[in-house]
Amino acid sequence: MIQPVLQVQNLHTCFFTDRGEVPAVDGVSLMVNPGEVLGIVGESGCGKSVTSLSVLKLIPEPPGKITGGSILFKGRDLVPLKEREMRSIRGDSISMIFQEPMTSLNPLFTVGDQIGEAVRLHRGLRRKEARRHTVEMLRKVGIPRPEAVLDEYPHQLSGGMRQRVMIAMAISCNPELLIADEPTTALDVTIQAQILDLIRRLNEENGTAVMLITHDLGVVAEMCHRVVVMYAGKVVEEGAVCDIFKNPLHPYTQGLIQSVPRMNEQRSRLFSIPGNVPVLYADMKGCRFADRCPSAMSLCLERLPELREYGAAHSCRCWIHETQEDAV
Amino acid sequence: MKSYVLKRLLIMVPVLIGMTIIVFSIIHAIPGDPAETILGQKATEQSKEALREQLGLNNPWYQQYFTYMGELLKGDLGQSIRTKVPIAQEILPYLAATAELTFAAMLFAVFFGVNAGIISAWRQNSWFDYICMLVALIGVSMPIFWLGLMEQWVFSLKLHWLPSGGRMNQRDPVEAITNLYLLDSMLAGRFDQFWTVVKHIVLPSIALGTIPMAIIARMTRSSMLEVMNSDFIRTAKAKGLSQFIVVYKHALKNAAIPVLTVIGLQTGALLGGAVLTETIFAWPGVGRYIYEAISFRDYPVIQSGILMIAFVFVVINLVVDLLYAAVDPRIRYR
Repeated sequence: MIQPVLQVQNLHTCFFTDRGEVPAVDGVSLMVNPGEVLGIVGESGCGKSVTSLSVLKLIPEPPGKITGGSILFKGRDLVPLKEREMRSIRGDSISMIFQEPMTSLNPLFTVGDQIGEAVRLHRGLRRKEARRHTVEMLRKVGIPRPEAVLDEYPHQLSGGMRQRVMIAMAISCNPELLIADEPTTALDVTIQAQILDLIRRLNEENGTAVMLITHDLGVVAEMCHRVVVMYAGKVVEEGAVCDIFKNPLHPYTQGLIQSVPRMNEQRSRLFSIPGNVPVLYADMKGCRFADRCPSAMSLCLERLPELREYGAAHSCRCWIHETQEDAV
Repeated sequence: MKSYVLKRLLIMVPVLIGMTIIVFSIIHAIPGDPAETILGQKATEQSKEALREQLGLNNPWYQQYFTYMGELLKGDLGQSIRTKVPIAQEILPYLAATAELTFAAMLFAVFFGVNAGIISAWRQNSWFDYICMLVALIGVSMPIFWLGLMEQWVFSLKLHWLPSGGRMNQRDPVEAITNLYLLDSMLAGRFDQFWTVVKHIVLPSIALGTIPMAIIARMTRSSMLEVMNSDFIRTAKAKGLSQFIVVYKHALKNAAIPVLTVIGLQTGALLGGAVLTETIFAWPGVGRYIYEAISFRDYPVIQSGILMIAFVFVVINLVVDLLYAAVDPRIRYR
């Protein structure tokens, strides 16, 4: 069996606020295999970003804290690592692309300086070598006239270009895992396609495993091999992309798929799941989706279902299927 | 950058002209007869009239202004009524003394203020943060004269570590070249003198620098706190940079603009002369010079003093603006 690049087991990340403990990530387990693109989907506030930040241990502490579970990167648990050891992993073997290219680059340093910083730190390159390497990276992410862009500041670049710079920065040390947190959300649709193309190319050419966080199912269908659907800090469904789209088991996943607007159907209104992601607190009872679920039963309000496997590598956390199975 | 500097220098011209007009008008608005002030109350009407004619006071105001501007451009600030010495010549040592004290006080204020602010923000809600902000609060509310007196009492009177006043040992004067004693003693190669000058400047600069230090610390802290929550700080951390580089390279530069503003304003205020500190520490600075001129109603000196202070502010604003541009490329390229 191949060793996964990343294996998150029963991860708990909490935020300790004035109004009590918020379990933003509540017992999440997932894994990313070498060369795989794993999608994590869900609405805003589902704990997708907190999961990804937890992997790099970038949760602001306080108020946040990883309270349990393990994060195995190539078999080595990152949770007990000291800050110093974590720093040697960040930006080197695991790197991250963020949502907002407008604000994620430091406005006061040149592009070259910001990209070169990582290789100089992790690879010990000198200024000149780092510069050459940076030009190469910029070329790789498809930036025209890289030698000139090197000395420009982020405000002189467009959103798409900035996101390319972010990607160049993230791949400059040739990471084994790339975490992309909604990399296309803030971009124009045409630019989105280009950026996704770029990420896929990096995945295919370098074999970089990618953890892609998004709320856009279109992106998932396009990019991912497997998907993890998250709701309110928990994994509710997990499986291969084709299984999830063809045969979604969880009512939340079904709702998400139905919410995608379609060109070939005439509908007066777009479908939406009523309600919002609930505010989380420590001792919640029952299924978290129950109050928005069209097929909720009384059992759903009382007890939380387990994540169980239904078919090859396709699992779901829902009472409907458990009760059906029991009946059979 | 070049065009920015040029533009900024051009803006200075109307500001400086406006400044001279205001200062000129203020002096003209003061009631009383300058001729009588100069010659005394017992002077005859005839001699007063002769003096008015000689000084050009009978000319229309705009002609007087142009004469005044002409002299000013030649570097002539007029003559002190009290000492009969040209002001331009007389004011220089005082200006140098104030500049030196301001420099030392701001060095103290910036070094401790900025670092305390950074560490407070970095370790927000820690003991260090609480203590720093308490000290800053005390610093802002401390009366300078009291602090100065306490310093003298402890460090001069009780411990005999440092002299209680003056710029230099009277028996071993520094050979004046620039009138900046720290520089002059070095130029003369007299390191023993340099050390004595340093000892003289320590207490007054702490007294003078405490309030600016407290203000700078508070400003740095709040500015840093805002920046530390930015997305690009998270990016910097995700690159694996050490906390020190994240704070002192990525965050500090972004937090610098409001801090620079405060530093500029405080420096301007100190350069205007700190009458209290200069009096307590017998520091022969501009503050005391103007204060004495006011008590003698020495109008030309007062006028020159106001002009100098205004000029210093204009120059400091220029320097601060240029520093903004040096720090932030978005200002440079606008």
